[in-house]
Amino acid sequence: MLTRRVPIAALLAFGVAFPLVFTNPAVTTDAIYTLIFVAWAAAWNTFSGYSGYISLGHAVFFGSGAYFTGIATRDWGLTGSEVFWLLPLAGLLGGVIAIPFGIFALRVRRHTFVVITIAVFFIFQLTAYNLAITGGTSGLLAPTINFVTATYNNPFYYVAFCIAVGTVVISWLIRRSRFGLQLRAIRDDEDRARGLGVRAMRVKLGAFVFSAVPVAMVGGLWWYFTTLVDPSSGFDPLFDVAVALMAFLGGLGTVSGPVLGALVIEPAYLYFQQHVASTYLFWMLYGALFLVVILALPRGIIPTAAEHIGNWRDRRRSDDAGTAHQPVESSAGDTAKESA
Amino acid sequence: MAKFLQAVTDGILGGAVYALMAAGLTLIFGVMDIINIAQGVLVVLAAYLSYVLSVHLHIDPLLGLLITVPAMFVLGVAIEWAFMRRLRGRERTAMSLLVSYAVAVIIEGALYQAFGSTPVGYLPRYAVASVHVLGFYLPYIYLIGFGLAAVAMAAIYLMLYRTKFGRSVRATMQDKVAARLIGINVDRVAALTFGIGVAVTAAGGMVFGATNTFNPDSGYDLISRLLSIVILGGLGSIAGALVAALCMVTAEEIVNIWQPTWATAVYYAALVIVLLVRPAGLLGKQEARAQ
Amino acid sequence: MSSLLRTEAVSKAYGGVQALSGATIEVEHGAIAGLIGPNGSGKTTLFNVITGYARADSGQVFLDGKAITNAPPERVFGLGIGRTFQLTRIFPSMTVLENMLIAGQHKERSRNPLARAGGAAARRYAMDLLGYVGIASHAAALAQTLSYGQRKLLELAYVLVADPEILLLDEPAGGVNPSLINIIASKIRELNAAGKTFLIVEHNMDFVMGLCDPIMVLDYGTVIASGPPELVRNNPKVLDAYLGTGDDEPEESRAGI
Repeated sequence: MLTRRVPIAALLAFGVAFPLVFTNPAVTTDAIYTLIFVAWAAAWNTFSGYSGYISLGHAVFFGSGAYFTGIATRDWGLTGSEVFWLLPLAGLLGGVIAIPFGIFALRVRRHTFVVITIAVFFIFQLTAYNLAITGGTSGLLAPTINFVTATYNNPFYYVAFCIAVGTVVISWLIRRSRFGLQLRAIRDDEDRARGLGVRAMRVKLGAFVFSAVPVAMVGGLWWYFTTLVDPSSGFDPLFDVAVALMAFLGGLGTVSGPVLGALVIEPAYLYFQQHVASTYLFWMLYGALFLVVILALPRGIIPTAAEHIGNWRDRRRSDDAGTAHQPVESSAGDTAKESA
Repeated sequence: MAKFLQAVTDGILGGAVYALMAAGLTLIFGVMDIINIAQGVLVVLAAYLSYVLSVHLHIDPLLGLLITVPAMFVLGVAIEWAFMRRLRGRERTAMSLLVSYAVAVIIEGALYQAFGSTPVGYLPRYAVASVHVLGFYLPYIYLIGFGLAAVAMAAIYLMLYRTKFGRSVRATMQDKVAARLIGINVDRVAALTFGIGVAVTAAGGMVFGATNTFNPDSGYDLISRLLSIVILGGLGSIAGALVAALCMVTAEEIVNIWQPTWATAVYYAALVIVLLVRPAGLLGKQEARAQ
Repeated sequence: MSSLLRTEAVSKAYGGVQALSGATIEVEHGAIAGLIGPNGSGKTTLFNVITGYARADSGQVFLDGKAITNAPPERVFGLGIGRTFQLTRIFPSMTVLENMLIAGQHKERSRNPLARAGGAAARRYAMDLLGYVGIASHAAALAQTLSYGQRKLLELAYVLVADPEILLLDEPAGGVNPSLINIIASKIRELNAAGKTFLIVEHNMDFVMGLCDPIMVLDYGTVIASGPPELVRNNPKVLDAYLGTGDDEPEESRAGI
């Protein structure tokens, strides 16, 4: 648990000041993408990490948010900063879509659940290809925005920043709430949790719906920023897998884990993309990196680090207590102090 | 009417090949609780292998199977040994998704590197001709594909139910701990099963490559279909995969007559509809409570 | 004294195996009842039926005269029946205290979904119970780090959170060292003196004989004997069930657990 207030405040201050300090648009562009994924990973983790139901279909919400924002901008003739006001609506749409999606998908075992989310994802992608309103294969273009060139990125940055911070805060609140307790109990032993009075379906659905909202919002933001959405980019299977990787890397089910994972992986991805000449070589490197991460750090950075710190502390304590007898006994010899 | 029956025959013939590839996928899941997302790209890899053998080395694709099937088998065993085996813990299935996805991305990258993105295809002479039976056209290649699928699935069935190894596989599917306790080398069973599950992609890939133009990207569409089939049939059930494949592909062929653009959507819609009624799939075990 | 828990002719088959066959038991208010029988006699199945983890094929279950047959586990739990499991089922990735909070969460009625889990009162209560069973010092540890015996104690604390009227304990002394067994037995007596009713499944004969009255014996899914320890201990049918008299009929495999 990052209960230390000072580092968090410092981090937030840094985040707020970032675009004012690093004015290079290339840098802020990368930052915007990173923040989008911080939000996505944190939201995804609030459902999948806490409940244990891995979803690979959240791109449904992302793409829906993107397309909604695009269609609304086009049909309502919005310009400039007005478009940002669409984002909460996009989030709402995401939540609404999540209700039938969740009711349908959450009735099954976890293994089947994953695949259902993938199937629904493909249904949405197909629909985007085939409907006229979504512009078919060519997708939807954003209108030219007349922000000041020098600080063009800044509005996007701050919107993304707010969404990301908001999502992380709510995720943290959920984790320490009764709702979060119920979710985690479902993750550990759903039947037993049910037997103790936990309304499993309601709890899972609630988390699922919540997780859809920020993802839909950043989807809309992403469309406006990249100025284009088409079925293959709005519904890109790579995104879901990348988000899952971020959460796993950082520590599935922790609050700070997905944030850390996104902060590590997205900039790395962008760096590789820009510096590795051959796209295909890039693919191979990316996949290999993926593998290394998952196999080497199965529990993620935060829990593994917490454990090492815990071990280190215990070793120091026992050294201080004198080395005459065996090291201090902990609960069962395993000081797995997974926190946060 | 004739068109309808033609669609049905196409569906059954084509569906058999999908059934074979899906059977491999569901077998892997049944034994190891692993979802092998790479199955799609492995089919494409096998197709490329057949392509190289047929176009560059002038070996008939059918004969080429003698090379591709063992090759894919070895690759499957290698993947399991190197990566899947290391997955432990509660999140095993979810992690297997990520790991197999990573493997798929690597293979896809390699294929792009080696062959570029231009779609290729190969048509053995007999792929073009068809048998004219009772007013229907049965393309030879489809018949061959059906025959291959039938033979392979029969082989798998015999293996599972008539051999000692097959018994170990079934035991492991039911209870890994118990299987270990009676002396079954679960690791070896896992590796060999994964190998078999991948080896079937060799046959599927050969037919796929002969009937479609493809490039490294083709794996996505494939895997989404295979996953749908496997889920529809019930995870872990080979018979289910067979039934589901035949039904889905046939349904798609039928819809294709009237509305080609929506044919693929029907595919997924069928999945959604069936799952609404039977959450565990057609032949899947109905769990009393979701876990 | 009137009966608190009663089952009437409950039958349940799993496929071809008849796990319960007309099982009729009765537990009176304030009793510590024992349920014994050879492996496969249907004891855990009966527990499962009573607490809603399994559906009865036929027969009824009554709580204080009201029929509760086939009620789902959460309802049974809400009606005042607590139950532990043979293989301890705790929530491994959560702390011991959080485990306790989950057990009591259904009582919390705060309207704010984001309020911190477990108000001060709930936490105090949980800590009290943890202290009562003796594992309060482990409150902040992850449940998965507990030893087997400690888990048994946690299960006991668990089942007490909801303050049930009757506790169904499934092998509370199984696999536990003797000193801990004594502690568990004394806790049971204390709680019983405070008004709680118990129905205990156990294989440990000393434990059962020393603690329970009446004792009911299940064999092949039916009750073959019922009464105070001395009577049951010497009942020839009971001895036959456990030891077998080696008669001519071939040994049939017992109902699988």
